[in-house]
Amino acid sequence: MSSSSALARNPSESVRASTDVRLSVEQVSYAHSANPSQAPLFTLEATSFQAKPGEIVAILGPNASGKSTLLKLISGALAPLSGRILLNGFVIQSFTPRTRAQVIAVVQQESTLLFPARAWEFVLQGRHAHGRSLRFESDDDILIAKNALAQVGAAELSDRWMDQISGGEKQRVILARALAQQPLLLLLDEPTLHLDIAAQIGLLDSLRRLAAENRYTVVVVTHELNLAAEYADQVVLMQRGRCLRVGPPASIYQRELLEQVFQTPLTVEFGSNGRPRVNVLSGT
Amino acid sequence: MRPLTLRRLLLQCTVLLLILFGVVIVAIKFGAVPVSLYALARDMWGVLFHQRSGISTDYVLIIQNIRLPRILLGIIVGASLSVAGTSFQALLRNPLADPYVLGVSSGAGLGAILALIAEPHLNLSPMLAALLTPLGAFIGAAATITAVYFLGRREGQIDGNTLLLGGVITGSFISAIIMFLMSTLSGNLRGLSFWLMGELSTPLQKSIYWFLGIGFLAAAGAIYTTASDLNLLLAGEKEAMHLGVDVPRVRLVVYIAASFLTGLAVSVSGAIGYVGLIVPHVMRLIFGSDHRTLLPTAALGGAIAVVFADTIARTVVAPSELAVGAVTAVVGAPLFIYLLRRRLA
Repeated sequence: MSSSSALARNPSESVRASTDVRLSVEQVSYAHSANPSQAPLFTLEATSFQAKPGEIVAILGPNASGKSTLLKLISGALAPLSGRILLNGFVIQSFTPRTRAQVIAVVQQESTLLFPARAWEFVLQGRHAHGRSLRFESDDDILIAKNALAQVGAAELSDRWMDQISGGEKQRVILARALAQQPLLLLLDEPTLHLDIAAQIGLLDSLRRLAAENRYTVVVVTHELNLAAEYADQVVLMQRGRCLRVGPPASIYQRELLEQVFQTPLTVEFGSNGRPRVNVLSGT
Repeated sequence: MRPLTLRRLLLQCTVLLLILFGVVIVAIKFGAVPVSLYALARDMWGVLFHQRSGISTDYVLIIQNIRLPRILLGIIVGASLSVAGTSFQALLRNPLADPYVLGVSSGAGLGAILALIAEPHLNLSPMLAALLTPLGAFIGAAATITAVYFLGRREGQIDGNTLLLGGVITGSFISAIIMFLMSTLSGNLRGLSFWLMGELSTPLQKSIYWFLGIGFLAAAGAIYTTASDLNLLLAGEKEAMHLGVDVPRVRLVVYIAASFLTGLAVSVSGAIGYVGLIVPHVMRLIFGSDHRTLLPTAALGGAIAVVFADTIARTVVAPSELAVGAVTAVVGAPLFIYLLRRRLA
């Protein structure tokens, strides 16, 4: 893209310098106490993992396992109690909101709008951190937003109102906004929650393609065992605020371990592509 | 895709400026004493080209000394209230927020009254004394919006309906205090209807207009620097943060500037209601909800609305007068109900 000269003036340029390990989560913990006089409740015990450019990491676990907390720590929305998170060697907490938004994009479960907006307006919001605070969108921004919509197969949605498109279409536009940020790190919180099966597979297929093409590091929070098995390069398995295992799906997906974590009987098979498949047994 | 360009923004503002000019001419012409357009044009020509001899005494007495200052005041007050309303709506993520509905105007009124009561005891220079009322109004506005903000929170999040209810109740509580103060204290405090309904009829010193104009430009300018941040804040504070908005800074700047604008307007015109509600809604319908357009068009629209409403207030029961706030409330209150019901539906 034509923004290489713009990048030279960009505060996030030094962060963009390529290294082998892009995201490094080092012994990160988080505690929360509702009342300062009480002992804090650990919502996350020391957790570590690393991810390379182009990799998809799935943070997997049942409800209240601390997976969303871990994602919030990586996004910089929460500050860790101990440990640190590095992006290309820079501590995420040291970034200003602007610099952070130039390198990290977050796709949340729900994105509500107070006043109606068209899809293209929504996607252009992703360019906010790349411009000065008061200015009009440049031709570059418009080109990037158009590309982002095309990359998620939503070019035809450009002029539609956000509140008049389906859940799956909306999710694609939200993803396009994240791509318009041109991030190094793409974080998604339960992106498949409100989607039907076809839309889920469509979304994850495009995530895999985008991670490979644009060298994003993708971190996805999910409780969908089979989607994580099919699409993740690494799985971070969480239970009750603890990180139990980190590794490729094939090494994490063991029947006893998953049964214990998800509290349900299940079977694990391996498909022809070497990826595991889980069948939950409803034998109770 | 049709992103906003500077050219389109300037075009929109030019159209509104022309409408404002038309409304100003109407406001000059109509009143207890009618003025013919021909005489008006002739007198204005005289003023512009310094031909003092040709200017009628009617013009000097009525237009220059009474109607024009009042129109100027209407422009500044309308623009201030409308920009404050737009800002509160974005910041509180509530399309029904407005300085009057949230009780901020009443709070500013109380602050102004307290400043007026305190002023004789403080021994200030005339310049400082003149600024004490707007300062009191600003502090009253800022304190009220802070209180209403915390009243409107439930489990750490702003709840739209709790916020509105909290604002309305706070406003009625403060109005009661104002009534109490007005009935126990006599002196130069202006009428009760001034503080509760809003009027533009009180004449002001010339220097006050400069203060108002500069104050408006500074505060509205400060809010405008955050215009694109406000666009993102509409999607929620967390999402705005992830898109690169320095949320605490924007919140602080806009809270202070919007409270200042409310205080400014209320200290010279009392609590004129619903301008900050109606005008941003109309502008959003016409020009869209991008704050880079919405803030300047709402400012101009607010000026148009208040000057127009005041012309009606001056003329419908001439030679007597209505409070301009009564006119804006007659239009604004039903619209508020309509918007509230549509939101709950």
